Amino acid sequence: MAKSTFVGGIHPFEGKELSKDKPIKAVLPKGDLVYPLSQHIGAPASPIVKKGDHVLQGQKIAEAAGFVSAPVYATVSGTVKAIEPHRVVTGNEVMSIVIENDGLYEEVEYPVHKPYGELSKEEIIGIVREAGIVGMGGAGFPTFIKLSPKEPDKIDYIIANCAECEPYLTSDYRRMIEEPEKLIGGLKIMLRLFDHAKGILAVEENKPDAIALLKKLTKDEPDIMVTPLKTKYPQGSERSIIYATTGRAINSSMLPADAGCIVDNVDTIVAVYHAVTDGKPLMYRIVTVTGDAVRDPRNFIVRIGTMYDELIEEAGGFVQEPAKVVSGGPMMGFGMFDLHVPTTKTASALLCLTKDDVSEMEPTACIKCGRCVEVCPQRLVPNKLMVASIHDDAETFLRLNGLECVECGCCSYTCPAKRPLTQTIKSMRKIELAKKKK
Amino acid sequence: MSDMLHVSSNPHVRSKVTTSSIMLAVVLALLPAAGFGIYNFGMHALLLICVTVASCVATEFVYEKLMKKTVTIGDFSAIVTGLLLSLNLPPMAPWWIGVVGGIFAILVVKMLFGGIGQNFMNPALGARCFLLISFTSIMTNFDCDAYTGATPLAQLKSGITPDVFSMVIGRTGGTIGETSMIAIVAGACILILLGIIDLKIPGSYIVSFVVFICLFGGHGPDPAYISAHLAGGGLMLGAFFMATDYVTRPITKKGQYLYGIFLGILTGIFRVFGASSEGVSYAIIIGNLLVPLMEKVTLPKAFGKGGEAV
Repeated sequence: MAKSTFVGGIHPFEGKELSKDKPIKAVLPKGDLVYPLSQHIGAPASPIVKKGDHVLQGQKIAEAAGFVSAPVYATVSGTVKAIEPHRVVTGNEVMSIVIENDGLYEEVEYPVHKPYGELSKEEIIGIVREAGIVGMGGAGFPTFIKLSPKEPDKIDYIIANCAECEPYLTSDYRRMIEEPEKLIGGLKIMLRLFDHAKGILAVEENKPDAIALLKKLTKDEPDIMVTPLKTKYPQGSERSIIYATTGRAINSSMLPADAGCIVDNVDTIVAVYHAVTDGKPLMYRIVTVTGDAVRDPRNFIVRIGTMYDELIEEAGGFVQEPAKVVSGGPMMGFGMFDLHVPTTKTASALLCLTKDDVSEMEPTACIKCGRCVEVCPQRLVPNKLMVASIHDDAETFLRLNGLECVECGCCSYTCPAKRPLTQTIKSMRKIELAKKKK
Repeated sequence: MSDMLHVSSNPHVRSKVTTSSIMLAVVLALLPAAGFGIYNFGMHALLLICVTVASCVATEFVYEKLMKKTVTIGDFSAIVTGLLLSLNLPPMAPWWIGVVGGIFAILVVKMLFGGIGQNFMNPALGARCFLLISFTSIMTNFDCDAYTGATPLAQLKSGITPDVFSMVIGRTGGTIGETSMIAIVAGACILILLGIIDLKIPGSYIVSFVVFICLFGGHGPDPAYISAHLAGGGLMLGAFFMATDYVTRPITKKGQYLYGIFLGILTGIFRVFGASSEGVSYAIIIGNLLVPLMEKVTLPKAFGKGGEAV
């Protein structure tokens, strides 16, 4: 019954060759570190340090301000230099804690937890919550909420999202190759929370070595299976991967838990592993620095809060002035105009391209070729949604299920007339979602 | 350097396929049929093709210049229209027919409705039907140096079964581009391989047409009769190159099947029961008019709302 793919999707240039064989390299921050208080979905964290305080690595510097929120931890030792608005990847200014690194990396004493088999479910969820773990694939949704669904008995699958379908990204791949036991360990901890759940490691077929390795390591784990997925973007989108692995389909008004599934990204699961086994909060993540503008594309393990421009230096700087720099992958990442912004919990990559397709290609009239309809993984009619959006026609937009859009970018990518379909639909969606909330 | 960076909404990459590259591929795919037409009917056919294409491109250029709009002749769509129209003209039609047809196709059917992507009817077919009504005797005279007398379909109408082999090759009378089934299918294969068209519309069109003439043609499932119908008129050119016109066919998958079936039945009705021997052009432009309705009733269900298996 399980299908290993979804309907629609595209095959963009992969670009993973640039960095896929580069081992993860640790980076030491040089300048100040900046910790935006909002690195997650939900209420911004509230600072619990003040200017001039000395902090240690692993010390909590901001605590969750509400249920849907997450604490933030210092990733170096040093002095709190300021608490002020700082630019982040989206271009917005967000209240942030700035820490001057003393270069000593003195760490706090991390709590020692019992082996996970002896911890209660509530204790595990509490540890995950306290560690500030959020969805590190990009969404930034607090993980402990995902792990505490209303009816835990109805969870059948925990899906480890190892698809990494975004072009150029290789951070999850490197993690799977270099530290697969942490991924499997994290998954086992999460499985402990649900009595009837099975674990699925869902990997795109373009990573055969990772599939083979994970299969080898899980051959004695009856509750964990490795599912190869067809290589196609956006295979790793939450709805697509649930469908591909279980045949269950959810829409925008449902949560994965409604289909008996919990989906978490590779780095998130590894963070759970570290929190439970080492007592360490979320402090590191892997960032792929890549693109044809970068001299030495690489995968770095980065202290969250390190500035992006430092990572570019670590990667040998630019071969050529980039035309476009993107935080994240080329399909769903954010275009950046300023590189002096901090890495956050959700920063998976820094992509530097010498050519910007978007500004080079002038949009022309829609010829109704239907390619957007063919590729839409949500089975929508993007060209009609775009017309409704331009005319601010909310009624038609809603009737055509515009709210179901996941903003994956397939329609804009494939459009021969180079029309900004995703962007237009995304804007209209924002307006309609805001109206709904009122 | 930060002011050098471009910022835009996602996605940041685009496919290499453009409107121009699609139209250029269609032009290339029409060349076998055009080339065979010239070989079959002689240099006058070449003259007609050139005049019609030039008329289409010039009309678009002049209109856009006069209206102070962006000139779009670089997208090759006017060339496609001109080629298609000329392939639908009788080989000995006077040159001004091509000029008048080209102007009508581009000015009336395409530009007045808003230019590329906005026309509700295939410009080439709209112009052909306009010419058929306005200059009936010229447009239905298929006599030329090489062939005189009735076209294969007209023979069929009067009860004679024409030679199937020469029809498949294309050594028969007819419009410039419709006679050679081989040349048309070769061109269509190029488009299918390039992913520009697929078989949804041509397939459902041809299959439903065959079913219709088997049921109502009066000959039952007679292979000679069926192949004469398939190869003898504008069906192949219409099914592969005109019914598949992006702008004037439904955008939804189910809508495309519905459209193909509708065209097949309508063409069958026109050919079997109509006064004229041909019916493809009229079937397609009537189909064009119903496209908005077909799209409306065949909107796909969203994923997670019952639409995953589509």
